[in-house]
Amino acid sequence: MRLNHGVKRAVLLLAIGLFGAGQIACAADITGLITLTGTPPPEKEITPLMENPDCAKMHTTTPTTHFYVVGAKGELADAVVSLKGVTGKSTGASAPPAVLDQKGCLYVPQILAIQTGQKLIVKNSDSCVHNVHATPTVPGNPESNQEQSPGAADLTYTYTQPEMFLRFKCDVHPWMFAWVSVFDSPYFCVSGPDGKFVIKNVPPGKYTVEAAHRKLGTQTQDVEVKDTDVNVNFTFAIK
Amino acid sequence: MKANVVSKSNPWLYWFAVLTALVTLALIGIGGLVTSHEAGMSVPDWPTTYGYNMFLFPINKWLGGIFYEHSHRLLASLVGLMTTILAVWLWLKDSRPWVHWLGVTAFLLVVAQGVLGGLRVTLHMDSLGIYHATIAQLFFMLTCAIALFTSRWWANLNSVAAVYDRRQNSEMNATVADRRYKNLRWLVLATTLLIFVQLIIAAAMRHQHAGLAISDFPLAHGKLWPDTSADAVARYNAQRVSVNAENPITAFQIELQMAHRVVALAILILVAVCAWRARGIGAPGTAPARMGNNAKPAETVLGAPIYQRLSLFWLGLTLLQVGLGAATIWTNKAADVATAHVLVGALALAVGALWCAIAFRESVTAFYDRRREDRRAPGAATIGVQPAMTGNK
Repeated sequence: MRLNHGVKRAVLLLAIGLFGAGQIACAADITGLITLTGTPPPEKEITPLMENPDCAKMHTTTPTTHFYVVGAKGELADAVVSLKGVTGKSTGASAPPAVLDQKGCLYVPQILAIQTGQKLIVKNSDSCVHNVHATPTVPGNPESNQEQSPGAADLTYTYTQPEMFLRFKCDVHPWMFAWVSVFDSPYFCVSGPDGKFVIKNVPPGKYTVEAAHRKLGTQTQDVEVKDTDVNVNFTFAIK
Repeated sequence: MKANVVSKSNPWLYWFAVLTALVTLALIGIGGLVTSHEAGMSVPDWPTTYGYNMFLFPINKWLGGIFYEHSHRLLASLVGLMTTILAVWLWLKDSRPWVHWLGVTAFLLVVAQGVLGGLRVTLHMDSLGIYHATIAQLFFMLTCAIALFTSRWWANLNSVAAVYDRRQNSEMNATVADRRYKNLRWLVLATTLLIFVQLIIAAAMRHQHAGLAISDFPLAHGKLWPDTSADAVARYNAQRVSVNAENPITAFQIELQMAHRVVALAILILVAVCAWRARGIGAPGTAPARMGNNAKPAETVLGAPIYQRLSLFWLGLTLLQVGLGAATIWTNKAADVATAHVLVGALALAVGALWCAIAFRESVTAFYDRRREDRRAPGAATIGVQPAMTGNK
């Protein structure tokens, strides 16, 4: 009797394992390249930062804005790529926390993406006070404004509703801001400095891939995922 | 207590009212800097400041945006205190009941304004900033008016309005100058109301926190009237690179700035017309001879007819304001230039309001006099020469 129970449990676990493995085996990555054509406007020097003694001492040269991070061949970083319309698939509760740091009176990174329910930890690595002011616009994601002194405990945020480019800002240092996009699934990523992106482990199916850039708007393309990786490229143009 | 009240101007009260108006103007200036520096939320708590009693917040922590926001709060507290003193002083020492109520209104307005400013922080509501900015203009206008009403000049005022109404009441024929004056005061009122509308538009623009919706002047995105299609707005946003965390602009914001420009042009024309039409009013030879020598001191300011002086000052302010508006755009909304634009706007509104107060003074006084007469003797004729003004009205 005891043996039978053990066999049953083993068979069940094997079945679950095989099903999961099958799912992973069937899943594929969506990869691609984001490029920009045309000449973006020049970035600006953040001179107010250097006029603030607390912040200036953390820099040797005047930092600039980073709206357009573009490589030599037009590779575009900081585009948020996701599967449009995929909801209710969030694994945010079990995902490792994402981190947004305040370093040198700047937010690092400036573009970030997380899942609903995923923890977002905001650190203050600076020796001066910041106020962390989150300004969501989607109902259900609460606005908040909290002080964070040097050495203070990290602040933790979670959002329940998907939202593109939810802004975090510091009003003490108004040039400090970051944009956090929140998705209701794990199928998203942010393009790197080489313009490349990878959305991992996408189950088979037909999807609309959306690439969004804070300044350049959004583009979409339809793809079908089977059992091999799919490549899709986006080209933004600036006029 | 009634027996002790004075009916004449109290210089100490007058100068305190002037001081309150000046400190209020400074407060509007610091409020302008708060918005220009996007520092409105740099102190997350209210009425405390980073957990401290507002008045005990260490000065070495007044850094970045905190400096502007905290200074604004402290100066607002001072204005609140001065307004309270002013309201009590008016109530105890001024003989005119309507002035008592002006003081009470100022007190209620300053309390509401303080609470509104606090709620804008604690409720995270940008839109409250628009009301906060608008009430600030009204409050400044009110403090200026109280200063005017408590002045010796007001007590002795023998305005051109008085001439007009007395002549009407004594059934004399109105002269050309009288008719021009009568029309002018309505034009001044309309212009003042338009300036107020303009200040509401301006407050709505500033509290969008989107920077400049149109970055060129006198053209707008390279055209006389900008393209506000979705493609065009996307193109404008792609080309905007700003240091601060500005929201992207929208077609509505572009149209709002165009409305601001159009209304500015209308105001400039109207103020210029007021100046043109006021050029002869109150000048020697236009006032009736029966006004006598008593009319001269009250009708003149700095040796010139009052309306001429007021209108030229108003025109000067408006031209300066147009220049500051252009400079705001050309400097990409530099905080000091944008704040100067706010301050001159407040002054332009106050000048218009004071002109209205002076111009309509006798009409209002005559109305209440007639009503008082009606109560005393129902059915009695109310037409007749008004008695000479004595003391404050």
